[in-house]
Amino acid sequence: MVRKHAAEVSGTLLDEERLLTLSELCRACQLPAEEIMALVEEGVIEPAQEQPAQWHFSAVCIRRVRRVRTLKRDLGVNLAGAALAVELLEEIERLRARLQRLERER
Amino acid sequence: MSEQSPLMEYKDYYQILGLQRDAKQDEIKRAYRKLARKYHPDVSKEEGAEDRFKEVSEAYEVLKDPEKRAAYDQLGSGYRAGQDFRPPPNWDQGFEFHGGGYTEADPEAFSDFFESLFGRAGFAHGFGGGQRRQYHAQGENTHARIAIDLEDSYRGATRQITLKYSELGEDGRPRVRERKLNVKIPKGVTEGQQIRLAGQGQPGIGEGKPGDLYLEITFNPHPLYEVDGKTVYLTLPVAPWEAALGARIQVPTPEGQVHLTIPANSQSGGKLRLRGRGIPAREPGDLFVVLKLVAPPASTEAEKAAYQAFREAFDFNPRSGLGG
Repeated sequence: MVRKHAAEVSGTLLDEERLLTLSELCRACQLPAEEIMALVEEGVIEPAQEQPAQWHFSAVCIRRVRRVRTLKRDLGVNLAGAALAVELLEEIERLRARLQRLERER
Repeated sequence: MSEQSPLMEYKDYYQILGLQRDAKQDEIKRAYRKLARKYHPDVSKEEGAEDRFKEVSEAYEVLKDPEKRAAYDQLGSGYRAGQDFRPPPNWDQGFEFHGGGYTEADPEAFSDFFESLFGRAGFAHGFGGGQRRQYHAQGENTHARIAIDLEDSYRGATRQITLKYSELGEDGRPRVRERKLNVKIPKGVTEGQQIRLAGQGQPGIGEGKPGDLYLEITFNPHPLYEVDGKTVYLTLPVAPWEAALGARIQVPTPEGQVHLTIPANSQSGGKLRLRGRGIPAREPGDLFVVLKLVAPPASTEAEKAAYQAFREAFDFNPRSGLGG
């Protein structure tokens, strides 16, 4: 199979306003809906609406879902543990960014 | 395989996990978990963590499975890590590896050493089987990161990304290939957003469509600016008299120089907001200019005299807050 080299491509930007339906999120993360629903139940990701049929997710969820999945697989933690780890990791990221900013301001 | 296998570096999986060769299965698991938590690329920011994690995973992949471990053990303990190694012919005779593929982990991550001994799962699944006739499936989505400069988000840009993928070579052995894509970066992207490139993932099987490629945006560190979402920060050094008396100062922004008025009696750490000058997202972010007072050292007599005049003019105790 030959792929053209350095083809120019433009994609769809998934920003905060571009929300994904449940099936789009499933497809993006290649997970069955049950697993996404379990993540919602655990509070890892929050849909914009109440009823699963109307659920919409911010594209930022893709990163969280993938992280939870790799942490579960690689570290043998369960869903609750992975959810906790992801929240702590994001908190560390925020603090690191803030620290970097403050160090520059000093 | 009748051909002689290629030479490669011997990997000491016990050494990688910090174990003796007679380690019990639960010790192996414990050692792996500990190292995995330490070096997992999602967790660790240490340099080289990802390579270390791959090595550790590879070692665990073999040692956790009694069948693979026994096969690995009978290669002998006479090798040192890094030593040239050639698997003996029919080395795995008499061993049966169960469970379909050899591994559930990401096979591309593993070394030639591993590959020559235990093969690769992706290909065992994708091309082995052959039980389902006319099997079609959409290709897998792939995920990658693309690091851009802050300026790319202000102006929009085209950036090249190199992706690795594996392909079966003519000899039937998988090999890692590279392909390059020039990706349009839309104006106004922020860190953590994704760009979905339809059809740029793994090729489909049968008549299945190819998967999509998801690119997560990250920003390269910038010499001047810090970025938080769509808010941008610039630290602006000012002289004490500029802060005290007010000043009109030329300030760099990602969109070019602007003139900024510093109000009189500004303090270090004070923030000035340039509304809408942050990242030009649909709702543009703001640019904050953070003042940083810098006092010049007094070297010459004139400079010392200036500081003395300063001292006499003020009734000022900077430590009044310390209860002194």
